[in-house]
Amino acid sequence: MSIHRLLVANRGEIAVRIIRTCRALGIETVLAASEADLDAVPARLADRTVCIGAPLAYLSVEKIVEAASSVGADALHPGYGFLAENSRLALACAAAGIIFVGPSAEQLDALGDKLEARGHALAAGVPVLPGGEVADHRSATALARELGWPVLVKAAAGGGGRGMKRVDGEPELAQALDIAIAEARGAFGDPRVYLEPLVTSGRHVEVQVLGDGARTIHLGDRDCSIQRRYQKLVEEAPAPALAPPLRDEMRRAAVALGDRLGYRGAGTVEFLVDVERGTFSFLEMNARIQVEHPVTEEVAGVDLVAEQIAVAEGRPLRIAQEDVVLTGHAIELRLNAEAWERDFRPSPGTITAAVFPVGERIRVDTHVQAGSEVPPFYDSLLAKLIVHGSDRTAALERAREALDLCRIEGVATNLGLHRLILRADEFERGGVDTTWLPRFLDEHRIVSISTPGGNGNG
Amino acid sequence: MTLSRADVLEILGLLDDAAFDELILRTDRWTLTLRREAGGWTQESAVTGRPVVAENAVGAAAAGVAPAEEAPGGEGQHDVRAPLPGTFYRAPKPGDPPFVELGARVAPQSVVGLIETMKLFTPVTAGAHGSVAEIVLGDGEFAHHRALLLRIEPDRS
Repeated sequence: MSIHRLLVANRGEIAVRIIRTCRALGIETVLAASEADLDAVPARLADRTVCIGAPLAYLSVEKIVEAASSVGADALHPGYGFLAENSRLALACAAAGIIFVGPSAEQLDALGDKLEARGHALAAGVPVLPGGEVADHRSATALARELGWPVLVKAAAGGGGRGMKRVDGEPELAQALDIAIAEARGAFGDPRVYLEPLVTSGRHVEVQVLGDGARTIHLGDRDCSIQRRYQKLVEEAPAPALAPPLRDEMRRAAVALGDRLGYRGAGTVEFLVDVERGTFSFLEMNARIQVEHPVTEEVAGVDLVAEQIAVAEGRPLRIAQEDVVLTGHAIELRLNAEAWERDFRPSPGTITAAVFPVGERIRVDTHVQAGSEVPPFYDSLLAKLIVHGSDRTAALERAREALDLCRIEGVATNLGLHRLILRADEFERGGVDTTWLPRFLDEHRIVSISTPGGNGNG
Repeated sequence: MTLSRADVLEILGLLDDAAFDELILRTDRWTLTLRREAGGWTQESAVTGRPVVAENAVGAAAAGVAPAEEAPGGEGQHDVRAPLPGTFYRAPKPGDPPFVELGARVAPQSVVGLIETMKLFTPVTAGAHGSVAEIVLGDGEFAHHRALLLRIEPDRS
């Protein structure tokens, strides 16, 4: 069934991104916007906007589905974050006769439960870190001894760094376990936790997959190791400095997992690469479009949102694995409204100027322009600067030039931090692990000068 | 931007060979300014058309846009204000007891609440020795930048 009117159930740059593809495909767009976003750029771009109420209404399945029904939308794109991986939304859409642009509710449940996802990965022959579910102190102690310290206690319903606790030794374990179980019950309504060994030197590499329910293909890998507190800052495709056999194995593993699930839609299989051992392990699979999808689009020449829509319409994949040609290297910089020199303090406010580079192999995905409000209710992403080059060196050079042309005024931004990162020797060599950015920040004395925020609720 | 990226690149291709350093395009829906700068071309675009908001909308008033009037506090009282705009929380987690209740003894570094801004939590400290005299903003309410959250009756020496 082809889609004629699509409800964009999201905000910010991804809403703009979805509207852009819909326009190219001739699909009418209706934006679901909160009161805080009614005059934002996505609302100005959409064919129509429907107000869903308070700032956090993006988290309400009922309001979103009501909005879709009230405008007669035949499909709904959830973007990323908010309800993107919520099986209740997928089910409610089905009940209302609306196509959910994403995987099936069963697939969302299977991947949202990190223990179940681990089980599927194991069954698909994908390397998984040792470990498993623990229910009490005794089983946890036995397992932790077997794994070796330090270990991570993870919530089955967590993911993306949420609901994780590091435990360095046996004396801390009992208390950490109790807290983790209580927090998991409070935050996710699911007290199950599991243990994994903590890999101290790891790279975060992920594989983009696309499935139509019968067949899965991959569109190469991305490296997302430049992160701080699980917030990615720079991403690139392909992952630099990976041994070809390791890369091939990861791509095969991702496709095997997609095939096992009969996956339908765009998905990302995240792996932790153990740099010292030259091995990789499954972390989780994200059942949605990701923030960093443009680097894959630039090297693969594929519009991932268009492919999501095509398989949601029930069509078979239009691309065969052998048609996937990855060319050159792409880098994405996340430009955020945060005062990075002041402990990354968030900086909501009014944008007074937004100037971006334009040219061949330069892409800017943004939702801000002069006059835009950056509300305090949502994440701090203002724009993504994506560059492509014939190789990594060329892409890096272009990224530096393009970054110097960016000018965002009215709120604090992390442009200066990106300038430092792009000129750091280790980053330039490629292949740093996830401990690099925090260390780099420390070395540049970009450390807390205020009391650190964050109590894990976000 | 209502032109596609490909459209803009085509325009740029025409400009590149011309002797112009700036092009401003303006329609009733959008404006686009292209400028030749030392390192390359830049664009500044604005979608100027107003959104078409479906009739069941509640109007463009964002939550709590107008700061509430402040009643004057007692003489000599210390105002605790929001360090950032965001949602004010009186407890560390939903279901937990509040950091402070009326009459609670506080020191300058005592945490009296949290402000959630862009998914990050910033602790709010009392800033004075004394006791909590008034709790102005409720749990989960929106705080404007510098909004009054609580008042502290300072210790008299």
